Amino acid sequence: MVNDMTLPTMDRRAAVAKLLAARDGALVVTGLGSPSYDVHAAGDMDNNYYLWGAMGGAALVGLGIAQAQRDRRVMVITGDGEQLMAFGALATIAVAAPKNLDVIVLDNQHFGETGMQPSHTGHGIALDRVAAAAGFAETAEIRSLEELGALTKRLREPAAGPRLFVLKVEANNLPRSLPPRDAVFVKNRFRAHLGLASC
Amino acid sequence: MSVVDRISAGAARDPAREWPLELYDLLKRAGIRQVSYVPDAGHSALIRLFGDDADMTTNMLTTEEEGIAIATGAWLGGQRSVVLMQSSGVGNCINMLSLPVQTRTPLLMLVTMRGEWAEFNPWQVPMGQATEAALTAIGVTVLRAETPEDLIEIAEQAAGMAFDADQQIAVLIGQRLLGKKKW
Repeated sequence: MVNDMTLPTMDRRAAVAKLLAARDGALVVTGLGSPSYDVHAAGDMDNNYYLWGAMGGAALVGLGIAQAQRDRRVMVITGDGEQLMAFGALATIAVAAPKNLDVIVLDNQHFGETGMQPSHTGHGIALDRVAAAAGFAETAEIRSLEELGALTKRLREPAAGPRLFVLKVEANNLPRSLPPRDAVFVKNRFRAHLGLASC
Repeated sequence: MSVVDRISAGAARDPAREWPLELYDLLKRAGIRQVSYVPDAGHSALIRLFGDDADMTTNMLTTEEEGIAIATGAWLGGQRSVVLMQSSGVGNCINMLSLPVQTRTPLLMLVTMRGEWAEFNPWQVPMGQATEAALTAIGVTVLRAETPEDLIEIAEQAAGMAFDADQQIAVLIGQRLLGKKKW
């Protein structure tokens, strides 16, 4: 049972495609499950780092990259369930205060991968407001592709600190678009993109 | 004079007492640029040293597994890092350790032990006793230091093994070395 009166209707694949069309060279980290499939469906890229596990780790992997690559923008694209597992990470990221890290939460208010069980975000937990309370520089909830269009412009402007945007998306399981599962390959490909040695 | 200046002044050191300075030096020599930690009394000197070092990015964590994910990201972005925690925090890290293990990403953890020597708090014992087995079970290589001299030698080669040979290594710093907690 989801209490939210207006169920989200934004198509997640269209939203992610729109976001990535404007990525402008950003390094992308994806949370396990549907966000990894959504980003892969928009086009496999060397500067995508897909997680297939390590639930709760996506935004923090993004933080580590952002701290090592201060001149590049890092965009983490993850799900509500994955970010809920890393509630404390919002405090850690807010205190670290990187100016080049954006966290995008694809919020379908469900644990989609495991049978579409409702998640906390359909029961009043608003991750954008949690991030704002923690001290993120900018946060918002986005409910339509039109609003997302405006967000892609904002994302290309310099930030005063970490930003988190919740994209309320329709709860559905789309055909999977599977990124490579070879974790070492994806790691080396990502590092090679940055001019770093493989191994 | 900052702590870092005092270190570079190169005064003779007593390793039994000043092993954190030796550790700091060797981690700097190993090229470490990011440090993340949940505080522990045994790590307090090292945390202060890194906090005073403008070349170092330090992250305080709300829970230890965050540090494992940050370290993986740091390597993806081209920087070496170290994660500091107490043995009780190892339990929090287990599933997140699948990330560096599966991606074969260098990882260096320095773990101060509790629950194994002159421990006054019985609640520290179960995780302290399970630390090495838990790390081994998830695929992390475990090295133990029982004396300050040992620790410096072990930490130096652990850093080499982590960053030059893509290994995931935890150095356990024995409670006997750390001494009895003042209460």
